[in-house]
Order: sequence, then C-alpha cells, then structure tokens
Amino acid sequence: MHMLEVKDVHKSYGDLEVLKGISFTMEKGETKVIIGTSGTGKSTLLRCINQLDSPDKGKVWLDGEEITNPATDINKIRQKIGFVFQEFNLFNHLTALRNVSIGLEKVKGMDKEKAQERAMAELTRVGLKEQVQQYPAQLSGGQKQRVGIARALAMDPMVILFDEPTSALDPELIGDVLDVMKTLAGEISMLVVTHEMGFARNVANEIIFMEGGIIVESGPPKQMFQHPEKARTKEFLGKISTLYGKE
Amino acid sequence: MDSLPSLLDGLSITLILTFISLAVGFVIGVTLALGRVYGNKIISGVCIGYIEVIRGTPLLVQLFILYFGLPAIGIVLTPLSAALLGLSLNSGAYQAEYLRGSLQSIPSGQMVAARTLGMNKLQSIQNIILPQALRISIPAWSNELIYLLKYTSIAYIIQVRELTAEGKFIAAETFRFIEIFVIIAIIYLVLTVLFTAIIDKIEKRLSIPGIGVGKSIGLRNA
Ligand SMILES: Nc1ncnc2c1ncn2[C@@H]1O[C@H](COP(=O)(O)OP(=O)(O)OP(=O)(O)O)[C@@H](O)[C@H]1O
Ligand SMILES: [Mg+2]
Repeated sequence: MHMLEVKDVHKSYGDLEVLKGISFTMEKGETKVIIGTSGTGKSTLLRCINQLDSPDKGKVWLDGEEITNPATDINKIRQKIGFVFQEFNLFNHLTALRNVSIGLEKVKGMDKEKAQERAMAELTRVGLKEQVQQYPAQLSGGQKQRVGIARALAMDPMVILFDEPTSALDPELIGDVLDVMKTLAGEISMLVVTHEMGFARNVANEIIFMEGGIIVESGPPKQMFQHPEKARTKEFLGKISTLYGKE
Repeated sequence: MDSLPSLLDGLSITLILTFISLAVGFVIGVTLALGRVYGNKIISGVCIGYIEVIRGTPLLVQLFILYFGLPAIGIVLTPLSAALLGLSLNSGAYQAEYLRGSLQSIPSGQMVAARTLGMNKLQSIQNIILPQALRISIPAWSNELIYLLKYTSIAYIIQVRELTAEGKFIAAETFRFIEIFVIIAIIYLVLTVLFTAIIDKIEKRLSIPGIGVGKSIGLRNA
C-alpha cells in the first residue's frame, strides 16, 4: 500500500482538458518535485489531490483510503494533507501564532493553550519565534511563507503539497523558505511544484516532468539531469536551469 | 423650559428606535448577506428578493403597510412597534448589502486555506471570513447608525412620539417654531458627532494591520 496513490486522474475545465491521465505514487518520507511549463496543470493536479477540485475521472488514495470516493469525509482527509500556497493565504486577521493554532483548535478540537503551545513550537522550528504576535501584513514574504509551512506542519499531515512556494518571493527571501523545506525532507512527505532546480537536484527523491496534461518523464534527479530519456525533458531542464541557476 | 421633559421623552424614543433597529437589523443583515453570498440558488434568491423589495420602496410606504395595512389581516401594531419593525426590516436590507460588499472583498484564498485545513464551510465562514468582513464593515455601520438616527423622525407620521414629533407638538402650542426646531437640529447634530466619534474609537480598537485599509463600501444614498 502506498502512502499516496494518484491513478489516471483526468480534469477538464469546459472544453479544455487540463489533466489527461496522471498516475504516480508516493511513499512515506519521500520528497517529489513536479516541474513543467506554465498552464500545464500542476496546480490543478495538487487541487485534485486534496479535492479542492474533483477529478472528472481517476482515483486518489491516501494511506489506503480512496479520497475521491464521494462518501469519504473530505474535511477529515484534508487535515492529513497540508497545503502551502504560492500566495501564502495566511489568515489576515490572525497573528502568526493564531494562524498556526486555529486549525488545531477548530478542526482538531485541541484546547486553546495546548494549540498555542504546539503553534509556538512549529513557528520556532521555522525560525519565527520572535514574530509570533505579528499579523500577516507585518511580515515579509519569506516570513509569511514560513508561517504557511508551520500552519501545515502543525496539523501533523501525512503529506504536504507545495504549490510554487517561493515564486511570489523576492530572490533574497527564497533561500530562507527553501532552507526550512530542506530540514523537513525525509521527516515529512512533500510533493512540491517548483522551479528551484537546486532544491530539486539536492532534496528530491524524484522529479516529475509534466507537460500537456501528462507526465512526460519522471525519475531521480541525477537521471533526469544527466540521462533524460525524452528529448523534451532535456530541453526543458536545460532551459529552466539557465533561468533558475544550477546551484 | 416646560417643554424640556417632553423633548427628553422624545429623545429617548428616538434612541430606542435607532439602537433597537440597528441591532435587529444587524441580525437580519448578517443572515441575509450570508444567505445571499453562500446560500444555494433558492436561499440566495429569497435574500436578493427581500433586499431589492426593501431597497426599492420608500421607508414611509413600508411603515404605512405595517401600521395601516396589517390591521386588515388582523395584525394590529402599536405605533412604536410598527416603527421598530419597519426600521429594523429596512435597516436589515441595507446592512446586508454593506456586509455583502465586505464578504465579497475577502480574497478567495482565505476560504481555500480554511477548507484546506479541514474546516467545513460553516467553520470557515465563522472563523475566517466573518471576522474580517465584519471589521471591514464598521465604517458602513457608522453611517447606517447615523442614517437611522435621522430616519427615525419619519416615524412621527405613524403617531410615534419621537424627538421630531414632540418638537412639532411643542411648536404648535408655543408658536416658537424656529427655536424649537433649531434645538432639535442641534440635538441630532450632537448625537451624530458623538456616535461617529464612538464608532471611530471602536474601529481603532478592533483594527488589525492590513485589514480594511482603503476598502470602500457603497452606502445608502439618502
Ligand atoms: N478554475 C478554473 N477554471 C477554468 N480554467 C482553469 C481553472 N483552473 C485552471 N484552469 C486552466 O487550466 C490550465 C492549467 O492551469 P494550472 O493552474 O493547473 O497550471 P499550472 O501548471 O499550475 O501553471 P502555472 O505554472 O502558471 O501555475 C490553465 O490553462 C488554466 O487556465
Ligand atoms: Mg500553478
């Protein structure tokens, strides 16, 4: 049994078929990176995994439970799937601390004190001990994203989905966020859409290259960078490495 | 000077009308706004219908229907309760529209993030969306309070002895129209300034960095 299994997922918006049959699996502790051109359906795939969007066809299992089944309690499942957004989506009216603790309180039913203790621990883990009482508007982009990561971590998810977590950040702030993500690698399963090739190369167990709604090729970073099977993979990785640096 | 007690009586009726209508209107408004924005087609349609009927007809006509019309189907209201009901129902529709504007100004990512944590729709609205939308609506409520304060004077037409009505009685007895109505105007003005200042204070106290700055909300055009 895989921790996460995505099988033949299709998704269309009107006439536009965005996902044309995506299948892959993930095991506990793995980090997988999804790359691909803009508009190729990477965000759509992540949304189909935690059911923010429902696939038209295909199934998704988490820990053996079919979460595409309409009978499953999706609110229960979502607690086990963390999500980190490109645009952070922190709760604007709550302090960093409350952003992290509110899910524990309202969803997991933890009492307020315990929830805040846990939130404090997660914020410390991402290096924001000093900022816990700050509101989102008072944080830098890099700090906001680390709160976003802490918010996901606090729920003890089985896997965290990251949708371009650093692409809204100023270049000098990207490193802080990637560093935090690196410390999580191995401890927690991560599925990361990113174009940060340094991260992909050094941290990922596998790189998945998507284009035109399908997975063109996937494999360990070394293989993908050095001996890609498809010409298109080689071309894309070449282009993106010049753009985002090889590290 | 003899007229002071009756002016004070009128003033207290005016304040009762204003605050009860604002409070009841708030409950109605929150319900309608949530129904309109988050309800299914039917609920949303009912809310829109209510809001449009209220906003599309004069308050005076609404009061006449409640006070003179309802007895025809066996419901007889005292002037004060007819006015309270009318003003509340009316204010509810306007408050719903202010809040709807605020609800719709909350970025969609807020709801998405809440759902992603595992909150259901109701929890998301209650914990994430409403606290932000209500804060953004405070300036609109400040205006609504002041409109209501002045709209209560319409109630004198259905025999409610609020401030303006008392003034009219006194003026009719004493023939001192100018003095009386200048005094009454000053009372309204002082209350308006006072209410505005109090709500500003409340708004400052509840303010959160990054929330509600530069948001504008369509107000009643009286
Ligand atoms: N809710 C939606 N309704 C209609 N079309 C959509 C919707 N969401 C996505 N699309 C379309 O689906 C396609 C894939 O979008 P998606 O956001 O998944 O791509 P992406 O790979 O994440 O791209 P990017 O790198 O720009 O984030 C795009 O053409 C987009 O316009
Ligand atoms: Mg995307």
